[in-house]
Amino acid sequence: MAKYMLIMRGTDESMAAMMEKPFEEMLETMGRFNDELIKAGVLVAAEGLDDPSQGVVVDFGGETPVVTDGPYGETKELFGGFYVLDVASKEEAVEWAKRIPAVPGSKCEIRRVPSIDEFPQDNEWIVRERAWRERTGQL
Amino acid sequence: MARADGPALSRGAPDGGPGAEPARRAVEAVWRIESARIVGALARYTGDFALAEDVAQEAVAEALVSWARDGEPANPVGWLLATARRRAIDAFRRRSALDERYALLAGQLAEGEATSGAAAPPRGGSVELPWDPDRVEDDVLALVFVACHPVLSPEARVALTLRTVGGLSSEEIARAFLVPVPTVQARITRAKKTIAAAGVPFALPPADERRARLGGVLSVLYVIFTEASTATGGDRLLRTDLGYEAIRLARTLVALLPDEPEAHGLLALCELTAARFPARVGPDGEAVLLEDQDRRLWDRSAIRRGLAALGRAAAVGRGLGPYGLQAAIAACHASAGSVAETDWERIVLLYEALGRVAPSPVVELNRAVAVAMASGPGPALALVDELAVAGRLSGSHLLPSVRGELLARLGRAAEARAELELAARLCGNVRERAVLLRKAAALTG
Repeated sequence: MAKYMLIMRGTDESMAAMMEKPFEEMLETMGRFNDELIKAGVLVAAEGLDDPSQGVVVDFGGETPVVTDGPYGETKELFGGFYVLDVASKEEAVEWAKRIPAVPGSKCEIRRVPSIDEFPQDNEWIVRERAWRERTGQL
Repeated sequence: MARADGPALSRGAPDGGPGAEPARRAVEAVWRIESARIVGALARYTGDFALAEDVAQEAVAEALVSWARDGEPANPVGWLLATARRRAIDAFRRRSALDERYALLAGQLAEGEATSGAAAPPRGGSVELPWDPDRVEDDVLALVFVACHPVLSPEARVALTLRTVGGLSSEEIARAFLVPVPTVQARITRAKKTIAAAGVPFALPPADERRARLGGVLSVLYVIFTEASTATGGDRLLRTDLGYEAIRLARTLVALLPDEPEAHGLLALCELTAARFPARVGPDGEAVLLEDQDRRLWDRSAIRRGLAALGRAAAVGRGLGPYGLQAAIAACHASAGSVAETDWERIVLLYEALGRVAPSPVVELNRAVAVAMASGPGPALALVDELAVAGRLSGSHLLPSVRGELLARLGRAAEARAELELAARLCGNVRERAVLLRKAAALTG
């Protein structure tokens, strides 16, 4: 078993399409899909992000970090939310991603989430992180 | 290192298709997610579970060839369902030569394909699923009940459930249970014949049988989980992936039957037991007993999910059944920082309750172990001796291993050693036997 993050990336086009949809309808479509994930026993976590215009960017391009308000200048695609799934293979993650009721213009990037077990277990910082994960139930 | 003249295993097929291996993985992924709904929908259309399973497998076999050649279709589920349905129509047409009732069925099925949109292209980026959302849950539930039907042998129920409900291939099932692939295939073929011969309908069990039949379903899932957590054969102690499959099936069942406390109880028991998997095997694959486990290795997320499931089992308000009670016992361990900090008195009470709803000598023996922890080895030995006198559990290594342990704690080393050595002789698992012999050898006096 492996964990995969399904990262939703939106564009101006997909944001506009999303805004056109009635809120209730959107809740129902997303809710139905989430329900499928729960029933299949694969959903670990899911979050959606607030309006990008409310966000800020910290840019490390210069000597000191520069903070600017969102939206993000040149960036064409914006991270809008994610799912974390516990599945048997990358193909299964892809198969679920294809079912996301996403609007046109959006994309979903699929990345494996390495487990803490894959890091050197004698490293002091990994030991500390493991302890934190144990305390907070995030192993 | 790559060689220019080597076989292009990872490349696409020569005619531009994606190749056999990516196609196999794609088919496997779709099948894992959709097998239950595909077989469930086909069984309802055809009214014939065995035929539904046959044609679904034929569609999977056809997908392996076709997707490798042409790529994965835009709507893989629709493709599988449409292909399987065509196979079912062919089968009915062949049978209609013998019996004209099948001609009617074939006609209805072909008509259904036109109206249900089984081969429809995807719409709006997401895949439009080709089934009726109001019926699909009943279809999946009916499938679960048929796969776990009491006319089948326990092995057949396990194989059929993993394949049709869990979407595992015969190869995966064979690997999980350490049996040859043809054995699994033969079990499934026999199971389908048995179901057909017994005239088992594809339907939810009638209300008066439902509770008993649910018990049968839960026990199939429990057998799968126990095989993962205490492997009966082989040299590996745990089969984590199989344990995950059992938990996945239990989650599905809980979602389908949210008002059944024992479904939640079983899920809780599996989660709480699986939480201890990372600590149960030592670096050389040896068994690590509860008292020696590094509890920091326990999976806290699994414990949290298990406790939540146990809470839901209790919240239904019909009391805890055997699975719920075992989960409650596992929860006592999961919540304790060490053996000494464990609430053994509560565990004794839970074993007493378990002994009332599901009496068994193993439960009595476990109660004795809990009594030993709560009140000392003396009273526990009295309980174990009662069991021994009654002749229950004779031939099992469990009784002498507990008795040996208690005698050792009472300082009766020679008797303890004899009991532990007897337990080792009776024990089938290589790893467990090693632990018993080590304990016996450590006793002096």
